Amino acid sequence: MLNKRSSFTGGIHPPYSKGLTKAKQIELCKVPELVTIPLQQNIGAPCQSLVKKGDKILLGQKIGQPRGYVSAPVHSSVSGSVKSIETADLPTGVRFPCVIIENDGSDTLDPSIKPGKLEDFSREELINIIMESGIVGMGGAAFPTHVKLSPPSDKTIDTVILNGSECEPYLTSDYRLMIEKPDDIIYGLKVIMKILDVSKAFIGIEDDKPDAIYAIEAASKDESGINVVKLHTKYPQGAEKQMIQVILGRQVPSGGLPMDVGTEVNNVGTAAAIAETVKTGKPLYQRIVTVSGGAVREPKNLMVRIGTSFKDVIDCCGGWIEEPVKVIAGGPMMGCAQHTLIVPVMKGTSGILLFTEKEAYEREPSNCIRCARCVEVCPIRLAPLYISAHSLKGNMEEAEKLNAMDCIECGSCSYICPASRPLLPSIMVAKKAIIADRKRQAEADQHRQNKR
Amino acid sequence: MNLFTVSSSPHIKTRDTTSKIMLDVIIALIPAGLVSIWLHGVGVLWIVLLAVVSAVLTEYVVQKFMKKPVTISDLSAVVTGLLLAYNLPPGTPWWMVMVGSVIAIALVKQVFGGIGHNFMNPALAARAILLASWPAHMTRWIQPGTDAVTSATPLALANLADATGSATSGATVVMDLPSFQDVFMGNIPGTIGEVSSAALLLGAAYLLLRGVINWRIPITYMAATYVCTMIFGGVGFYDAFYQLFLGGLILGAFFMATDYSSSPVTPLGQVIMGFGCGILTAVIRIYGGYPEGVTYSILLMNVATPLIDKYTQPKIYGEVRKDD
Repeated sequence: MLNKRSSFTGGIHPPYSKGLTKAKQIELCKVPELVTIPLQQNIGAPCQSLVKKGDKILLGQKIGQPRGYVSAPVHSSVSGSVKSIETADLPTGVRFPCVIIENDGSDTLDPSIKPGKLEDFSREELINIIMESGIVGMGGAAFPTHVKLSPPSDKTIDTVILNGSECEPYLTSDYRLMIEKPDDIIYGLKVIMKILDVSKAFIGIEDDKPDAIYAIEAASKDESGINVVKLHTKYPQGAEKQMIQVILGRQVPSGGLPMDVGTEVNNVGTAAAIAETVKTGKPLYQRIVTVSGGAVREPKNLMVRIGTSFKDVIDCCGGWIEEPVKVIAGGPMMGCAQHTLIVPVMKGTSGILLFTEKEAYEREPSNCIRCARCVEVCPIRLAPLYISAHSLKGNMEEAEKLNAMDCIECGSCSYICPASRPLLPSIMVAKKAIIADRKRQAEADQHRQNKR
Repeated sequence: MNLFTVSSSPHIKTRDTTSKIMLDVIIALIPAGLVSIWLHGVGVLWIVLLAVVSAVLTEYVVQKFMKKPVTISDLSAVVTGLLLAYNLPPGTPWWMVMVGSVIAIALVKQVFGGIGHNFMNPALAARAILLASWPAHMTRWIQPGTDAVTSATPLALANLADATGSATSGATVVMDLPSFQDVFMGNIPGTIGEVSSAALLLGAAYLLLRGVINWRIPITYMAATYVCTMIFGGVGFYDAFYQLFLGGLILGAFFMATDYSSSPVTPLGQVIMGFGCGILTAVIRIYGGYPEGVTYSILLMNVATPLIDKYTQPKIYGEVRKDD
């Protein structure tokens, strides 16, 4: 084991609040009568529905076909029949067409699903399996994994990193996975290593999870080239760029990708999903969700079928003790607040948090006192106070000059601000405006070229 | 159907607030005040209370007048009042204390937008204005314990000694310079809050431990003053060290130059702030007309702060040179 106490610059130490679910074994969530499966569950292009109202559907059947390469198909998480295809609220805060399937309760598996073995497949076949299984990054970003594992030929990947740091407070799904299914994680890692043709891999785990480190070390002790790295417990340790900096001592260039510095980072949950698919042939139709927060009657780590509504998942935890003031999809630092419980669990839904009034308490913002804490905690070394001030004045060009686009949206600045300034929200507004402006610029250039 | 609070991430926040930070500063300033009351009598307590009350009252009135939310509960006006009082001689007349508080809060702080927007340290700016307006009152020093005997500050004596060419340990002035122990504990003439280095350092240690201030400005400030006093003043290691505890240097370095609003936010900028203050303090002390250089050096660096911040933005993670 490698001990990496040296750390990235900045970062915060929020209360981790993982005790609620840390010791809870992963349970199966009751499969609901009705699932709502969104036709877009990942970054990239949406899917086209392959089914229509009334169609009989099998468990694991592909129901959405991607309309672009940077996308992933979606599959049914139950067997039954299509009730309708309609637009519904998603936990990402948008409305999008979803396939609504009535569950017949039999879980009849699609007969085309067949078990396999890593040794039997070539690299191309493995990439194809991952693509066809609809696997995306399970840490929350939901970037299609087959795209990540197919770097252009001019990029050489020499090292693979698995992210087991789970630095978001409250969440314990990766932690439980590492303890309960370490072999799957290592198996999935070996698939990734075979695809990328690398012999060196690191699994980064924060040092507040000694039993996870122990389990993963035990599972990987006979494998060559796989090292467990003990990381300092600090948020955002699990951010891709920070992970690469700490483990490999490399910095992803501004505007670049990890492949630019010869590495790929995947979540341990993604590795386990890959293992499941390669071994059983089953596509990605369920995931582990941490249900936590002070308002939940019985906080749990649940294996949930994709498309199960938040309400059904919460019912599976005995409902709530007091009515929550805030419901969050994902972790408290980067998750998305919900206005309703009628939203489906998606491939990227790592947690459902029900916050009490006390947990959700927010103060009114007051004047920035220039205490510089945001500067000190920013893992990218930005000056959030200045970017935010420019953004709030609509001065997006100045925000761009101060490298607003490099913000990883970890929220450390907003967390630490004693004046409760809306630092991250205003920086996100600036980023959106800058992207829109760049797009306009590009279109104008295109237009000019066409005229010539 | 239930309705939940919807807001942008992050959904958890630190428990620290502006008022908690200000409360920490107030706590850190208490020891120096207590020593001063012990040395100069209860009269200084009235000056301190008067300064604080008039500062808070001014903030209240100005904010009401400007139809802005009243923010006196953030305690920043209390800190300004305290710091102003600490920068006044023990015998300052009551009306000057009040004028100082009004200048600090109304003119330097609220006119520019309130907390966080003052471009100079309000208490120091007020002190500078009082010093220019009523120099006689502002330089009437009292030897602790003697009540009415006016006296020169040790810093003035030390500078006089330097100016006349003899070292501070020279025969003509050695009688008048207090012992290091007296200087360190505060048994010397000076402003209300500056004299007791021991009490100030105790408070400073508290602020450092609580993370309210960091080492960059105060330590580089002290170091630069030390080195520059030796170079420009031509004094030895010990005499330069002795002079660090004279005048308002410790109060200035730990409590005034670290004022958030008027000092840089970047790490390198804070070091530059400290160095700049240190060099200017030594230069003013040695070459200037005033024996004390802390006030003006901090004010000068205050106005340079926006520029310092602009040119010291740190290299970001993965920064690519623009011409690549």
